[in-house]
Amino acid sequence: MATTVHEPPKIDLDRSPSQGSGNGGWRNLGPAGGDLRRVKPSSPPPASTGIWVGLAAITMTFAAFTSALIVRQGAAQDWQHFTLPSILYLNSLIIIASSVTLEMSRRQIAAFMGREAAQGPAPARWLYVTLGLGLLFVAGQTVAWLQLRSQGFGLATNISYSFFYVLTVAHAIHLLGGLGGLVRVIGKLNHSVLRRSTLNATSLYWHFMGALWLYLLLLLWMKL
Amino acid sequence: MHDMSAHATQHGAPTSFIRKHVFSIDHKVIGKQYYALALVAAVVGMFLSWLMRIHLGWGNFAIPGLHLLSSTGAPGDVMTPEYYLQLMTMHGTIMVFFVLTTAPFAAFGNFFLPIQTGAEDMPFPHFNMMSFWVTFVAFLVMVAAFFVPDGPTLGGWTQYAPLSAVGAVGGPGQGLGVVLWAASIGIFCIGQLLGSLNFITTTLDMRCKGMSLMRLPLSAWGWFITSIMGLTAFAVLMPACILLILDHVAGTSFFVPSNLVINGQILPHSGGSTLLWQHLFWFFGHPEVYIAIVPGMGIVSHVLITNMRRPMLSHRVLIYSMGALAVLSYMVYGHHMFVSGMNPVSSIAFSFPTLVITIPSTIVVLIWLGSLYGSKLRINSASLFALGFISMFISGGVSGFFLAQPSLDIMIHATYFVVGHFHLVMGVAAMFGIFAGTYFWFPKMTGRMMNETLGKAHFILSFIGAYCIFMPFHYLGMAGNVRRYQAFTDDYLIPLIPVHKFITIAALFTGFVQLIFIYNLIYSRFKGPHAPNDNPWEGTSLEWSTATPPPHNNFGDKMPVVYHDPYQYSVEGASADYIMQTSPEKISSPDEEK
Amino acid sequence: MAKIFAVVIVLIAIASAIPIIMHTWPLPQDISVHGHLIDEQFTDTMAEAGISFLASQILLAFFIFKFSSPKPGDKIKSFPGGASGLVIAAFLLVGTECLALGVFGVKAWASVYLTPPAADAIPVQVQAGQFAFYFRYPGPDGKFGPIHPDQINEANANFFGIDTTHDQDAKDDIVTAEMAIPVNKEIHLLMHSKDVGHSFYVPELRVQQDFVPGLDVSIHFTATKVGKYEIVCTQLCGLGHYNMKAYLEVKSQDDYDAWIKQQAALQ
Repeated sequence: MATTVHEPPKIDLDRSPSQGSGNGGWRNLGPAGGDLRRVKPSSPPPASTGIWVGLAAITMTFAAFTSALIVRQGAAQDWQHFTLPSILYLNSLIIIASSVTLEMSRRQIAAFMGREAAQGPAPARWLYVTLGLGLLFVAGQTVAWLQLRSQGFGLATNISYSFFYVLTVAHAIHLLGGLGGLVRVIGKLNHSVLRRSTLNATSLYWHFMGALWLYLLLLLWMKL
Repeated sequence: MHDMSAHATQHGAPTSFIRKHVFSIDHKVIGKQYYALALVAAVVGMFLSWLMRIHLGWGNFAIPGLHLLSSTGAPGDVMTPEYYLQLMTMHGTIMVFFVLTTAPFAAFGNFFLPIQTGAEDMPFPHFNMMSFWVTFVAFLVMVAAFFVPDGPTLGGWTQYAPLSAVGAVGGPGQGLGVVLWAASIGIFCIGQLLGSLNFITTTLDMRCKGMSLMRLPLSAWGWFITSIMGLTAFAVLMPACILLILDHVAGTSFFVPSNLVINGQILPHSGGSTLLWQHLFWFFGHPEVYIAIVPGMGIVSHVLITNMRRPMLSHRVLIYSMGALAVLSYMVYGHHMFVSGMNPVSSIAFSFPTLVITIPSTIVVLIWLGSLYGSKLRINSASLFALGFISMFISGGVSGFFLAQPSLDIMIHATYFVVGHFHLVMGVAAMFGIFAGTYFWFPKMTGRMMNETLGKAHFILSFIGAYCIFMPFHYLGMAGNVRRYQAFTDDYLIPLIPVHKFITIAALFTGFVQLIFIYNLIYSRFKGPHAPNDNPWEGTSLEWSTATPPPHNNFGDKMPVVYHDPYQYSVEGASADYIMQTSPEKISSPDEEK
Repeated sequence: MAKIFAVVIVLIAIASAIPIIMHTWPLPQDISVHGHLIDEQFTDTMAEAGISFLASQILLAFFIFKFSSPKPGDKIKSFPGGASGLVIAAFLLVGTECLALGVFGVKAWASVYLTPPAADAIPVQVQAGQFAFYFRYPGPDGKFGPIHPDQINEANANFFGIDTTHDQDAKDDIVTAEMAIPVNKEIHLLMHSKDVGHSFYVPELRVQQDFVPGLDVSIHFTATKVGKYEIVCTQLCGLGHYNMKAYLEVKSQDDYDAWIKQQAALQ
């Protein structure tokens, strides 16, 4: 605990400004010798902090949905159990595969950038595959919703269906954001203006969407 | 979408009017936009409170022209019972969300957080722009409810289910009105999440050289802590709003239980949990009151230090206390639900963290008071409002002793005691924080000075007026006066009506006093004397070391380097009464906290 | 200006305290067995809150008065003991005091909520609906007939939706629009909401409890003073909220017996 009583400080000529805990703080960034933000290696990548902050918010949102599900299930005896559409398991494989292809793409890009004479457009092939798998996942989810609907199970049929639709749609909307991120990454890669922090943040988001989906699948499988 | 960071450093000053003043990605313009929005919302909210107070004092009084606002809500200019509740709901919602959250947090935070941390801009300026415009849309949606056939919702700003979820059968405004309310708040959440994302990342990542976390001014700490609360609280309110909307438009049963009978009809819903709404809402709702007050605590500390010419007794203890408030705010929300049918044992469990909150709150107040001792206090409009904040925070805080205890809550729950408590501690106190910030930072934001004489008159009249309004609320509550009543027909309440008339007169008076402020603000913005220099209050933090108003990238050609703790005032042996954070003057300061 | 402000703070602090000290607006009279626990707790809390309020406001005013006109040569002085002294003071004075209040307050809370009703408590059911309370007494059999929401019919005065033709238990149920209870007898109040959230608040009884739609809750209390009191709704329930009330009549045992007989005849 700080017990500081304010007493007038004395002059000390030896104290350098960079002493103490502060030198640009968190990531030791600073403008010494010009604008460091334009210097790549030390450039502060706010995206790499921001992405964690964003994921924390998304986690809170889904935690709120989860606790709502648990409270609501315990509140009344009207919960109807049902079998999840089996296409969801296929979708899960697709989204896991997309994370794998995204990692392959990252390695490829890293290798490309590490080369001495990197010329021409960077390889985006695996990114396109990831994007395609992401779209396939969304299509698969849509199939699952349509299947349930054609069986006569709508949003208001029973509270268990309500939670199924709310959770899967909320996840899909967040996933579409990730798809948008992938599209931008591809665009930037093709124009050779991609920053590593952007790629890393987008990948992290994408993997998080995959993990979130697996969590939701487990939750729905246990509760529905 | 995260590569928007690239623009943080690369965007040059915009030239077109639209990019400069409307869809600007400059945090300073966004801060001013938030301030303007909060000002409009505050005027609307205050006007609504006038209408409510007139109705409470003189129920049959015809308010000229009120039928223009709603011909069904005020036939012959006299308010109907339901219209009173609708105005009350809108007053609470607009004040809590669009004034107390936007002004101290989003407005001042946007303008000054990047400057005080030594950043050129927020890391995600496009998100920042979206944050404001999303909030603006939320405000439009909220206000639009006045103009739909049944008018806005009457369910109170807490929107307790199932009244909020049963639809139009629940009463006027409970159909479309609630949907608009929930949609507006849901949109508002998105705006604040984007804002919080920027605030947190700015504080962690964008600090200039030499700016350690402990070298951040207390105002920056206030915003940083608030943004962490905002990120977690609004992320929970948004799903709650979505579920509420679904109960309306999709016929789901999240919040509506089985077998409710309204107008002789059994509602089609089944099994919903009414307490679920309360848990979700108050999990957001209690942090929300700290979201409203913690930026004020930071601003007030910052303003006071500058005007006391000394740092606080302990920088760290204040920061830790604000942090403790933030952490505890998540553990206490159940104290809003002592008598709402929750397990009585959990009431006791929620009561103790609530009582523990008095400790960091008391520490903050004692540090303020202890720092005042022996200071060289300068009296001006800003410091007066900061001192007024302390007085209000104390007055509103001590009534928390009562409300933290479930046994006393039996007596005073849902009475005017509660209304008095939260108006003083988060309403008036937060407003005083906003005023202190306005008088203090106006020269930096506009390059002109506000009129001090008008400012002081505004202060002393507001101070007296606010006490005349809100102190009697406590007495009413102790006498059992229930809140959210449009008229007092109960036998034991009739003797209290003269008190309500007194409060109404005080409210009208205090409201008129705010016109002095608005005049001062607008006049000074265009005709006020120019600020004598970049640092009229002789402050030390980074906002005072840059030009007035700050250039597009905040610091011009040379980024600042920070050498000192934020508040080096009255340093012995120094060349001046104060040493700015950017001054390379070398000092050895035993109080520079390691 | 600072001096005026300091004086204003002191005046406001004193003016705020006067109605409390003079009991200008006292708590409503207490007619319950448990109420004195709440009232004592209230008085203790008021003493602590009042002293904290007056002390800190006057200290604030004094410091403003004293330190707002520094002379050019003045030096900054530090508060004796510094921050750590204040932190310790906050923990010791306010923290422990508040926690002590909380601990003692549990007694009052427990007397209402954590004790079961006595075995011979008189069961009364109250139903809240927009915007009226209705009461039901189980009659000689001591049992309430089940509620059938589809049979609620206000025109026929079947406010609870009870089926007197089919349900044996419902046949002798007594439904009233006013609540009467015998003095000094414990009442077990079963609370049921017909539609939205309501609350049952009788300030004199020191009782307030929300109705939870979909979940029946109960409270118990004993009234100690004969008289007529108001039951008001404290949970916003719609446009008629302000006017949602009923009367509670606390009667002597004889009067109560006569009243319940008379009500039974009216069914």
